[in-house]
Amino acid sequence: MPINGKTSSANSRWMNSDGPDAGIVISSRIRIARNLAGVPFPHLLEPEKSMEVINEIKKALENKEAADLIGNMELTLMNDLSLLERQILVDKHLISLELLNNFQSRAAAIRDDEAVTVMINEEDHLRIQCLFSGLRLKEAWAVVNNIDDGLERTLDYAFSEKLGYLTSCPTNTGTGLRASVMLHLTGLKITNQLGGVFNAISKLGLTVRGLYGEGTEALGDLFQISNQITLGQSEDEIINNLISITKQLLAQEQESRQVLYRERREVIEDRVCRAYGILKCARILAMEETMRMLSDLRLGIELKIISGIQEKLINELIVKIRPAFLIKTAGQDMSKRKLDIARAGLIRKEFENGHIGH
Amino acid sequence: MFCEKCNQRPATVHIAEIINGQKQETHLCEICAKEIKIHGFGFFPQMNLNKFMAGLLNGDFNGSSYNQTGATGKVCEKCGVSEEQFANKGLLGCGECYPYFEEKMLPLLRRIHGNMRHVGKIPERKGGRARLVKEIEIAKRQLKEAVDHEEFELAAQLRDNIRQLEKSFEEGGEG
Ligand SMILES: [Zn+2]
Ligand SMILES: [Zn+2]
Repeated sequence: MPINGKTSSANSRWMNSDGPDAGIVISSRIRIARNLAGVPFPHLLEPEKSMEVINEIKKALENKEAADLIGNMELTLMNDLSLLERQILVDKHLISLELLNNFQSRAAAIRDDEAVTVMINEEDHLRIQCLFSGLRLKEAWAVVNNIDDGLERTLDYAFSEKLGYLTSCPTNTGTGLRASVMLHLTGLKITNQLGGVFNAISKLGLTVRGLYGEGTEALGDLFQISNQITLGQSEDEIINNLISITKQLLAQEQESRQVLYRERREVIEDRVCRAYGILKCARILAMEETMRMLSDLRLGIELKIISGIQEKLINELIVKIRPAFLIKTAGQDMSKRKLDIARAGLIRKEFENGHIGH
Repeated sequence: MFCEKCNQRPATVHIAEIINGQKQETHLCEICAKEIKIHGFGFFPQMNLNKFMAGLLNGDFNGSSYNQTGATGKVCEKCGVSEEQFANKGLLGCGECYPYFEEKMLPLLRRIHGNMRHVGKIPERKGGRARLVKEIEIAKRQLKEAVDHEEFELAAQLRDNIRQLEKSFEEGGEG
């Protein structure tokens, strides 16, 4: 699919909600940082030299002998995309914020199924990421590891025996690996347990962030948990650590939902149905309220209070209701009030078929 | 206009901020606005990692060790980045910066990661001796485990294995 297909459809494979425990573990992501040996890091490169880096990596991606490891990737220069298109790729988690804001002489190669992105001249020469639905960190690492091996057939990486992969920011030195999961922790939020949980997590060398990463708020009770340490632990250790903590969180979240449903059934049903009512009928919906209502609705689907709406739709809506996608669909810039009206209209239409169960 | 958070009271507080490069306005009632002030928009500090690190490093630079090495500071011969530039931006200039600024880098890495030694993946083309070092490390770890579990037969095997690996390392072999 060409890049304009990727910005005109809100769906990516990872949104299909078909991975293990995808009702709560919305997605798993593995990302590694790599740099070319002997070449200054991207923030020091002149445009001409940056283009040389892009071309060198492009050749490595197209290397026939590594095709079985890398797969079919389509490379796009960020200069060739509009701000709106780049924003949609950010909203879909296919490229990073860094590429949204600094787009000169930068590129991204996105695999056809949108599960894999290779970013070029981001903070490092190479950022390779794989994104899957559900708790599938090991599978995502296997994909990234293969692509890394494939690229290495022709690329010479900046690497030291002692410090591992050398990255432009020392917070990535070593494995260059950032493993993360996106979790919907609405039960823990409602039962007021998030503070304690996050406190414990931060003591285990993990960080918690909002839906769109560093410095973003936790919209709709969606949280990204990722490893902080990249040096002194192997890739497997980092990933296994995150998996076991995610499983703990998953169990606690399920437990708190069961308690809520058992002991506050009417309250939870009321909360879910109210959210559904607002989403189905409201004429003006601001971002924050919509995300909160979608969070309640997702909980309602998981608890089987609501039927006829798939979680895949909720995942897609998170992209569709953001300003970039609404503006792209409307074909014109809109004021905040117009956006809120367009958002409400879109959601009304999407929910025509849902209904309240039992 | 009603408050966007509770949708119950009139919005009297208007907040404008840039999120993902787009200006977003939030309209809240006083009660909800206060809540946000107390809890923050997210629940965690929104810090910029680069700046945070630069702060750590700047602390080091102003310390006594910096004054001893002189005020001009080192410059990486390969990319031209100076210690000061690194301290300000939080980003290194190239792979060569690591050995150049080693004196400052190692304590910084230990502060960030609690460790200064890579034990993860090794690129195949770098293989050779690095792989050998790693193999010795792994075998030593296994040896310790075997001894801890009183599996002496396995321990003896591992000891032989380590001796072999170390021998080929000393001879400059590539495993
Ligand atoms: Zn309010
Ligand atoms: Zn340098």
